Amino acid sequence: MHHFTPLSGFLGGALIGLASALLMLLTGRIAGISGIFGGLLPLRAADRGWRFAFMIGLIAAPLLAALGGASLPMPTMPASYVVIAIAGLLVGIGTRMASGCTSGHGVCGTARLSTRSIAATITFMIAAIAVVAVTRHLGGS
Amino acid sequence: MPQLLAAFGCGLLFGAGLLISGMTQPDKVLGFLDIFGAWDATLAFVMAGAVIVTSVGFALARRRGAPMLATKLQWPTRNDIDAPLLTGAALFGIGWGLVGLCPGPAIVNLASLGLPVIVFVVAMAVGMLGVDLWPQRASARVAASAVSTADG
Repeated sequence: MHHFTPLSGFLGGALIGLASALLMLLTGRIAGISGIFGGLLPLRAADRGWRFAFMIGLIAAPLLAALGGASLPMPTMPASYVVIAIAGLLVGIGTRMASGCTSGHGVCGTARLSTRSIAATITFMIAAIAVVAVTRHLGGS
Repeated sequence: MPQLLAAFGCGLLFGAGLLISGMTQPDKVLGFLDIFGAWDATLAFVMAGAVIVTSVGFALARRRGAPMLATKLQWPTRNDIDAPLLTGAALFGIGWGLVGLCPGPAIVNLASLGLPVIVFVVAMAVGMLGVDLWPQRASARVAASAVSTADG
């Protein structure tokens, strides 16, 4: 069970926004993680250099924090490997079909007031809330 | 080289934001999605902070007209709401709700070298490749490869 942490949430969110704003101001790119990651895969690979650098930055964040004394995050995922693999597959298929995820549509698209991104964001939010409602409250777990 | 450093720095900032906000913890994300349980509204504040700062940055970028280290601002060009967008978003939402991981936090969590996260990211890459190999998409991809229209 986690506690409501609006201040650290808002500050962390502002940092995410700063990163997205700077990526556009400096390189002219949208900070959409599924798109940046997807562009590293074969078949659609394009401009691998900056994508790779961004990914290394993401992974370096907790490592640098650990050097500064913070503990390395260990995500709690009680689901079985089968469920985790299915979830990963669905996230991969879904973000590729919709060309975006929480960052590209949810943050950058919403900030641009793109109706397409806002429609995607509302859709994935409703789907995710429905899945949690079913697994936590109807599944008997 | 400046572009690579900029991308690295932005990735670092983005990752720090995810860590500070708590969004790298799947159970905290699920706590937000669990509106019928002990609801944790934090994610809404994360989104608010991110969207506010991003929109200011984007307004500055539009005013400048060009990025500092590249030739042009690559805004997404599409604005239509089609079936693949909504189907894809729904599938993504189902996967996200199953374990509480979306692509950004999944990549940041790779630093832990935990097997569950590695399984998730590999499956995510397989899912993306599967869409690209789908026959209809494969032909469309050839047509679209000249201009990248990805939203994010």
